[in-house]
Amino acid sequence: MARTKDKNGGASDAGQREEAAAAAFEAPARVGVRKAYKMLVGGQFIRSESGRYRQVSDPMSLGGTKENVPWASRKDVRDAVVVARGAWEGWSGRTAYNRGQILYRLAEMLEARQGELSRALERGGLDAERAAAEVAATIDRTVAFAGWTDKYQSLFASYNPVAGPHFNFTVPEPMGVVGVVAPARPALLGLMGAILPIIASGNVVVALASEADPRTACVLGEALATSDLPGGVINVLTGPAAELLPHLAKHMDVAALDLHGLEPGLLRKAEEAAVGSVKRVRARSLDEAAWMDAAGATSPRWIERFVELKTVWHPAGI
Amino acid sequence: MTAKEATITGTNGGSAPLAAVTPAARTALDFGNAWSYAPAPEATDHVRIQPRYELFIGGKWVAPQSGKYFDTTSPSTEQKLAEVAEADERDVDLAVKAARSGYEKYWSKLAPIERGKYVYRIARVMQEKARELSIVETMDGGKPIKESRDIDLPLAAAHFFYYAGWADKLAYAFPGQNPRPLGVAGQVIPWNFPLLMAAWKLAPALAAGNTCVLKPAETTPLSALMLAKIIEECDLPPGVVNIVTGAGATGAAVVGHPGVDKVAFTGSTDVGKRIQKALAGTNKKLTLELGGKAANIVFADAPLDQVVEGVISGIFFNQGHVCCAGSRLLVEESAFEVLLRKLKDRMATLRVGDPLDKNTDVGAINSKMQLDKIRQLVESGEQEGAERFSAPCTLPERGYWFAPTLFTGVSQSHRIAREEIFGPVLSVMTFRTPDEAIEKANNTMYGLSAGVWTDKGSKSFWVAQRLRAGVVWANTYNKFDPSSPFGGYKESGFGREGGRQGLLAYLEVD
Amino acid sequence: MALGSNGNGAPSAPGAISTRPDFTAPTVDKVMVEERAAALGKRSIKKEAKVAGLRLSIAMMDLTTLEGKDSPGKVRQMCQKARRPDASPDIPPVAAVCVYPTLVSVAKSALEGSTVKVASVATAFPAGLSALSVKLDDVRRAVEWGADEIDMVIDRGAMLAGEHDKIYDEIAAVKEACGKAHLKVILETGELGTYDRVRKASQIAMLAGADFIKTSTGKIQPAATPAVTLVMLEAIRDFYYATGRRIGMKPAGGIRTAKQALHYLVIVKETLGDAWLTPDLFRFGASTLLNDVLMQLEKERTGAYQSGDYFSKD
Repeated sequence: MARTKDKNGGASDAGQREEAAAAAFEAPARVGVRKAYKMLVGGQFIRSESGRYRQVSDPMSLGGTKENVPWASRKDVRDAVVVARGAWEGWSGRTAYNRGQILYRLAEMLEARQGELSRALERGGLDAERAAAEVAATIDRTVAFAGWTDKYQSLFASYNPVAGPHFNFTVPEPMGVVGVVAPARPALLGLMGAILPIIASGNVVVALASEADPRTACVLGEALATSDLPGGVINVLTGPAAELLPHLAKHMDVAALDLHGLEPGLLRKAEEAAVGSVKRVRARSLDEAAWMDAAGATSPRWIERFVELKTVWHPAGI
Repeated sequence: MTAKEATITGTNGGSAPLAAVTPAARTALDFGNAWSYAPAPEATDHVRIQPRYELFIGGKWVAPQSGKYFDTTSPSTEQKLAEVAEADERDVDLAVKAARSGYEKYWSKLAPIERGKYVYRIARVMQEKARELSIVETMDGGKPIKESRDIDLPLAAAHFFYYAGWADKLAYAFPGQNPRPLGVAGQVIPWNFPLLMAAWKLAPALAAGNTCVLKPAETTPLSALMLAKIIEECDLPPGVVNIVTGAGATGAAVVGHPGVDKVAFTGSTDVGKRIQKALAGTNKKLTLELGGKAANIVFADAPLDQVVEGVISGIFFNQGHVCCAGSRLLVEESAFEVLLRKLKDRMATLRVGDPLDKNTDVGAINSKMQLDKIRQLVESGEQEGAERFSAPCTLPERGYWFAPTLFTGVSQSHRIAREEIFGPVLSVMTFRTPDEAIEKANNTMYGLSAGVWTDKGSKSFWVAQRLRAGVVWANTYNKFDPSSPFGGYKESGFGREGGRQGLLAYLEVD
Repeated sequence: MALGSNGNGAPSAPGAISTRPDFTAPTVDKVMVEERAAALGKRSIKKEAKVAGLRLSIAMMDLTTLEGKDSPGKVRQMCQKARRPDASPDIPPVAAVCVYPTLVSVAKSALEGSTVKVASVATAFPAGLSALSVKLDDVRRAVEWGADEIDMVIDRGAMLAGEHDKIYDEIAAVKEACGKAHLKVILETGELGTYDRVRKASQIAMLAGADFIKTSTGKIQPAATPAVTLVMLEAIRDFYYATGRRIGMKPAGGIRTAKQALHYLVIVKETLGDAWLTPDLFRFGASTLLNDVLMQLEKERTGAYQSGDYFSKD
């Protein structure tokens, strides 16, 4: 440990402070490998094509270590939509049972990473108890929607007793690429709680994560990538919603939007931009208690908002 | 061309002049042994069957009160596989009490999502142990390993997976109706799909919040006992699932126990009627899945080569030990000759033999008793004047076997057209108009399933609408899915298994 | 206008006005035929059955090179491999080589003294979209140059437009131009869109005189599949029962592994029986398949999994 001297060669007050600070530094026995946080797009981890980043602090570390997360641009949004579209045919073409199995596997991966996800939330500003509760709720939410993939049909589909010799039935079908803006809080449960009902029916998602805690979304991406979810089904971007949402809302290849916690000006802009391709738009602002309420937040209504209904007629005769 | 040059040698070595021989006779396919498949036995050395199994009651393995055990044997080798406990009324009483306790102390107190997660665990472990389970299923019951591995196991796991997902969604399944579990379910299952039937019973019952006492068939207890081990490994609370092994008396004890709130039975119509009678005047809820004599209706405009697959699968799959087997073939007269020729060609490629051989298509008959029943009914067919054709095949010496057989010249009044044979025997009849086909198809006390084959969509729907059967397969056969309700009309039973509707059997709703 | 045959395959009386036969064919259920084809792939072929099947598959191969860059040198090398795939006397030569017309004479002399036949593609392969006279000339020259077998293509556009008479007439004309050479008719199943159409095209081809019906040119995906092969074999079966004539079948393209080859043999065996398990009635159109089969045979012999380095790549 170096001892400093001032230019007179003797100890001074400033010198003593420097000395004290120098004395406080202790090189660790083992230097940690710090994570580079990246966005999950198409099953791969990427930085923003713009090269932008946002610094997030880690209040839990000594000295408040700074970490960097990618800060997405409109071109990232554009690229993510292309990737999502590419994944749609495969995802919607799988059996409902298969989608359920994949979501259950995702729950297994999240369960294994409970500690890591809790810590991420804590570093994002939550206390330990709340963080753990949010992670547990997220895992159970995943199990709940794994169970919906092959059951909502029996609630929304119908055989229709039309007046005539026709066999008539209505079936729900997925829409395509759905743009999601996750709420600021809860950063993990809000993101997954919005995405799960949308992909359960075969849609694919481009999501803008919470700006209050973008780092948690990057950690979530790591769990998503190790489940059996095909690349491109869930794409998570970290970046400024005010800047990115208009591009998502205008995009002609996005079928619908699920918007959470937007301030009225931005919401209006998005709804107007959505008009160009007659997108289906849902906008809500739920408080954290509503997100944590499993019975309400696992209602099949969440799925119903993002399916189309197709009715088929066929004569019955010889 | 001389007369000699014009003669054709038939495959039996005889010869006849060209003019006198019909095309079908002079052309024949030879499914012989130019290239035979070598034996392809499934490796079984990693499978462990215990020499003796106790009863699974209250989360523990307990010896039967009587100290009695009975043997379970392999119907393909007649060798003993294990000793299994024989549960009497006292054991059943303990099991029902354990189920009640499991319900009151644990199962009814769990948040529904937690119940669901327990059932998901069972599904996952079944997938991990699928190979071992399918080998034991084949050894104990006689069905080909190809079927237990590719059909029974995946479907059984899928049933647990499917119903696990309903556990926390009952209020959405029956909105405004306040769905609540019944309590303790007593479930008696048959020997034709031992593990699959256990799954069909346990999965919805557990998801709906009930606890169970399950009695597997006496000739096929092993896979249910292995399932009990899995349930134990999944750390389900004690008493939630109890397995009591035994024969008819054990089943009667389960069904008759006053502590059972709900009875579910799959088996013969005769036994089903006895159970229904035993429950008369009690307050117990009942669902029955009984026998069938399904008609497979084939119109001349159907894709005939694929029809053959459906008909063959319909009656020879699982040796015909299937309640929904397509045991009657009603074929439009104009397509009869061609279809019959195709069926016989196809039957010549069916491989009957060692169920553990991966190339076996038709396995052993489940028991000597069942084999005798089949033989007796086949004999009646011959006596009553129908014409018998059996696939040429060499049957092993030990074990219980019956060659795939079809009868032509059958009429509606023949015993083989009315009674459930539950074996690889197909009764073929013709029809001329769609109305006649419907009439014949419905002219039975059964009503479990039916098939209709035609290229014309509107005819498919028209026929399906008129068939009095709980399951109609159009241009396919023997398709099952946990999300698809299954059950019968008339004497094939009542109640549905599978789908949202399948939950109703295990719930009280307003 | 070529003379056709009547519905049951017998030639019309001389002097009679030619009428085209009835092209009616049954429909095919896609879901069930694919299930059946896949189920046949679950057969477990082991030990002596596997060795016998693999050897048979070599004897059934049409070793193929159909590239723009083919040259005499390339074809000579392939012919060496064709007549002696392996040093072992237990390994038979292949059935035939398949080349473009201008390389037929090179193949013919390279194969002199062997039993291996020379098959030539013709009729403006692979698209077939040239004038009929050009296509027939293509056939005649290939036969002149020594081809024992001709693999022709049908006009898929005409098939999709429902011009069945045109297809029939062209095949009959090509058959005539073949003379003694035997004719394989390529349906290009991957372009026909439905199994119903494949079944119909099979029927037309057999009625018009095809000796073999073949799935693909190998130039597009999908090429041969187990399901489309099953559909064509079922057509052959019905034709056999109606006429007594046995027509051969050749899946081509996309068959790369020994396991796939055995799957196809199982489909043939369980659909048509013993009589078709011969190179006279069943061929594989393949190139890389041969080495995988040789590797599997060597593995059966030694018990060790093999490396491609030990098998010649010609």
